[in-house]
Amino acid sequence: MIATEISIETAIRIAYLLAAICFILALRGLSSPKSARSGNLIGAGGMLIAVGMTFSHGIHNLVYIIPAIIVGIVVGVPAARFVKMTAMPQMVAVFNGVGGGAAAVVSYSEFIHSSDVHSFAIYQIVEVLLGVIVGCVSFSGSVIAFAKLQELMTGRPVTYPFQQLINGIVALGILALAFAVIFSPHTSFLLVIGILALLFGIAFVLPIGGADVPVLISLLNSFTGLAVAASGFALNNTLLVVAGTLVGASGTLLTQMMSKAMGRSLPNILFSAFGSVTATSEGASAEARPVRSSTPEDLAVLLAYARKVVIVPGYGLAVAQAQHTIRELSDELKKRGVEVFFAIHPVAGRMPGHMNVLLAEANVPYDELKEMDEANPEFSTTDVALVVGANDVVNPAAHDSPGSPIYGMPILHVDDANAIIFLKRSMRPGFAGIENELLYNPKTTLLFGDAKDSLTKLVSAVKAQ
Amino acid sequence: MNIDIIGLLTVFVLSVFVGYEVISKVPSTLHTPLMSGTNAVHGIIIIGSIDILSSSHGPVQIALGVIAVFLATLNVVGGFVVTDRMLEMFSVKKPSVKSVEKTEESPKQ
Repeated sequence: MIATEISIETAIRIAYLLAAICFILALRGLSSPKSARSGNLIGAGGMLIAVGMTFSHGIHNLVYIIPAIIVGIVVGVPAARFVKMTAMPQMVAVFNGVGGGAAAVVSYSEFIHSSDVHSFAIYQIVEVLLGVIVGCVSFSGSVIAFAKLQELMTGRPVTYPFQQLINGIVALGILALAFAVIFSPHTSFLLVIGILALLFGIAFVLPIGGADVPVLISLLNSFTGLAVAASGFALNNTLLVVAGTLVGASGTLLTQMMSKAMGRSLPNILFSAFGSVTATSEGASAEARPVRSSTPEDLAVLLAYARKVVIVPGYGLAVAQAQHTIRELSDELKKRGVEVFFAIHPVAGRMPGHMNVLLAEANVPYDELKEMDEANPEFSTTDVALVVGANDVVNPAAHDSPGSPIYGMPILHVDDANAIIFLKRSMRPGFAGIENELLYNPKTTLLFGDAKDSLTKLVSAVKAQ
Repeated sequence: MNIDIIGLLTVFVLSVFVGYEVISKVPSTLHTPLMSGTNAVHGIIIIGSIDILSSSHGPVQIALGVIAVFLATLNVVGGFVVTDRMLEMFSVKKPSVKSVEKTEESPKQ
């Protein structure tokens, strides 16, 4: 009897080790384009091993466990399968948030399951506290990030008087209660801590606006990893510690890489209420200045007789679902012997790499997508730069106006091209809420309208040439 | 008990280093799929959730356990499916960033 008990325990540990190896290989695979997809499958395999093995030893309450899993699958798979590619970032936010929520609930439950919480050692209470606090912050923060990206609320930074002070007080409250729980373990204290942590997550995300939200999601992702690791400590489960920590560490590194791609530091993103100052001071003067706009027919001539056209796609292209139309335009131009390529800013779309995914979906060949460093030297020999639904990533304010919130962000040097065409819905500033000088440049022509409509008109006008 | 915590701490510290090293060089193209992939990996909280629900007694504990298992399941399936969908887009094409030879025009749809 004892012998079999031990062997099952050993088998579970070995299976968890295998799963941990799978997760490490998955992360490594995901870092390179060739192995990314198999990496993801290896990760899923590891997950399957771990879950399967968990069921192998005396599990109770199966009547609740199985339905909960089935409902999760029934809700999760279609949501993930059928969400539009453009809505991917907020989907990642949601799936991250629920993980944080689960970690918080698990840590909290571990605490209330104990018949005698006074027997907890201090380090055990600290483990529970970390799981609850970090998990709750990640959950509510992700919900707000989702609401911002889904445009359920304004994407701009939300600021109010004494914001830093209020955040500070909430944080201190959490800390004070945490000490109270350590010295006098009460579940009601822990519950209040959880609620305060949820509030803190909301307050933490509200002032972060616009283009910074993806970096924030990546940060919350690593938070969830740490919350899972903390639950692992509380449950004495090595696999939770390994997997959670892997995500926490790699997520932190990824967050740094992302903010570097935007030319901003992480503290700057988190604490500077991005864009709010400039947006108000320049907003008023924006409407009065003259811009040059034109018709699709005129612009088609410009494009059709160019030698080299560079297309700069942005989020507006994705929103209008115009990926396929833009490919048609580029095909049409190529048929006429025009050299065409796409210049992709690292944060084009709403997440790094998001635009590559969208264009790949529209069957734009991979070698026509050039990354920023590769594309920038080409603009000086470019006849026409066609900017579709992008704004901040081509805004010259990033290198010539030190006061601008995007100052220092690497941009595409569209202003080096001989002519610039902007397809825009309106004169509204971009996601970061900053006026773009380039629109008033004498080389620039604007075509107003929905990106897809404008592109469709351009395609037929080019065909007519 | 003390042996356990030291063992876990050892695992924790080593995992920090592995996590940092394993993704040292990622092209910006893959930042989004990588974020989504790591997101799926922390869905491992599902095994913690199952353990918690398994040892639950009484309606409050069971309700909390059910919530945890449900949320964790969403995290797992959502994470892996979304990541796979993103990467599917890449694998249709030549997956290398700098393919030297001209890619043949990919079949329409």
